[in-house]
Amino acid sequence: MSSHYEAPIREPLVLGDKSYHDITVDIAKPIEGKANKNWYIAFTISLIAFSWGIGCILYTIGTGIGVWGLNKNIGWAWDITNFVWWVGIGHAGTLISAVLLLFRQRWRMAINRSAEAMTIFAVFQAGLFPIIHMGRPWNAYWVLPIPNQFGSLWVNFNSPLLWDVFAISTYLSVSLVFWWTGLLPDFAMLRDRAIKPFQKKIYALLSFGWSGRAKDWQRFEEVSLVLAGLATPLVLSVHTIVSMDFATSINPGWHSTIFPPYFVAGAIFSGFAMVQTLLGVMRKVTNLENYITRLHVEYMNMVIMLTGGIVAVAYASEFFIAWYTGSPYENFTYMSVGAATGAYGWAFWSLILFNIAIPQLLWIKKIRVSFIGSFLISIAINIGMWFERFDIIAIVLSKGHLPSTWTRFEPTFVDVGVFIGTIGFFGVLFLLYARTFPVIAQAEVKSILKVSGENYKKLRDGSHE
Amino acid sequence: MSNKVIHALYNDDDILMDAVKKVKAAHHHIDEVFTPFPVHGLDKAMGLAPTKLAITAFLYGLTGLSFAIWMTNYMMIEDWPQDIGGKPNFSWFENMPAFVPIMFELTVFFAAHLMVITFYMRSRIWPFKEAENPDVRTTDDHFLMEISVHDNEKELTALLQETGAVEINVIDKH
Repeated sequence: MSSHYEAPIREPLVLGDKSYHDITVDIAKPIEGKANKNWYIAFTISLIAFSWGIGCILYTIGTGIGVWGLNKNIGWAWDITNFVWWVGIGHAGTLISAVLLLFRQRWRMAINRSAEAMTIFAVFQAGLFPIIHMGRPWNAYWVLPIPNQFGSLWVNFNSPLLWDVFAISTYLSVSLVFWWTGLLPDFAMLRDRAIKPFQKKIYALLSFGWSGRAKDWQRFEEVSLVLAGLATPLVLSVHTIVSMDFATSINPGWHSTIFPPYFVAGAIFSGFAMVQTLLGVMRKVTNLENYITRLHVEYMNMVIMLTGGIVAVAYASEFFIAWYTGSPYENFTYMSVGAATGAYGWAFWSLILFNIAIPQLLWIKKIRVSFIGSFLISIAINIGMWFERFDIIAIVLSKGHLPSTWTRFEPTFVDVGVFIGTIGFFGVLFLLYARTFPVIAQAEVKSILKVSGENYKKLRDGSHE
Repeated sequence: MSNKVIHALYNDDDILMDAVKKVKAAHHHIDEVFTPFPVHGLDKAMGLAPTKLAITAFLYGLTGLSFAIWMTNYMMIEDWPQDIGGKPNFSWFENMPAFVPIMFELTVFFAAHLMVITFYMRSRIWPFKEAENPDVRTTDDHFLMEISVHDNEKELTALLQETGAVEINVIDKH
């Protein structure tokens, strides 16, 4: 028993009187049971939004980018805003599974599976936008360095946009492999429990014939550790490179050396907010309240407070520098007196309200541990982080160096439709995932049950070991 | 007779660990242990050699880095140099800062994917592979120890009984 010691002051991560078998049953239940009415309602709404998005995408491709609200000066708007927003959301999953693994944080085990699923689905959505924005998506493969018929004109490795291609594809594929390797033992558990022959076949296929030999587990743990070591700098590199799309340009407001760390912090901030939003709903729908507890919510809120704090300081320094330079150009960047009082003032103040003001409520412990409070604040952060990207892109581009070119961006119904479509697509993927995949890494949770299970902790603390 | 094996099932990881140590102390060779989750220290107790996957990952990473250096040099410097914002196109090294992201991403890409493929090949797991755990309970809450029988069935059974096995089966392995 002593090898499973954990300080009594640490609150248990698994509540209730659980045995290993109980964990199996609890996690298999949402998959083996039938979907309830709420699931069907949510799925139908997501599917409708997704279909609407497909329609808008087809309209865009068929007619041209002119159906969006872009103009000569604002050549990037909602599309890149949405791209950066989705990529940012996609940062929490790998952060939870990789960085928290390296820091030996046991609370990651209840949430890493769903956070990684969210990452992968969010990066799918992100990837759509640059491809649609190409206008001729059938030529999307031109971004790859392949021998070609254009006088062997290669892709430009000096361009941050090409770095993005490499960063995002590496991130997506490595996250996918990390996620799937972790899923193998859990699929094997479902396979060995399945009664219906078809279900058994599917899970046998998905589990790759995982048998759980001691040697397999030894390799499994080593692979997880090395993948975590590789994914940690990878996750930081992805949003760093996304920020370079802006930071290496010469636009005032974009040409900023603090963009990389500030974008990474913002990405983690928004990613954790989205995990909070999704898990707040999922723990209820799938009856996993004993695994995703108040403690998990509080820990995630602490990460949100830290990264939100970094973002707030970054805003403050951008604002100060814009004013301190005394340069008239700087007064039209997204963080300036000009922006706060100009035509996009409402977008500026939405950002301040949703991203800085509302998250401060998390300093109050009562709100930090409340499910409803965290859920509402996480929604606010999702909105705020969307405005951050919109402000950086649209406000900066709307006021160029030549006042006669000043303009505004007005989204058309297609801009809105494509965005809503990706939210629907994300919802469809996540809802299907929640019905067919083990949403908690049950093998990992079993390995911490004796350390951090409520019943085991009680037993140990009672016996004064 | 020689392909007869004993399957001892346990329902607790601590009991299993003690059992593995006792069986090893009695100088029996443990063929295999199937567990539902990673039991820490089990590989050492069984006497398994440490895995070398991390070393392969390092080598794969070096391969990726070399590939990135070769690719950027061939495409940007040798085959079709272009003037892009006045960046030096005559020397790979002077243009190198712009290639750092590519070098980093390809290092990670090669290291991660090739290591995972190596893991799947070495552990013989891939799509359509049949599972080989002898009892379905070993992915739920049971731990199974497999030991070959060499005319010592009674002795082994007694030993395993003593270690707290909840079930002992003697099976003819084909």
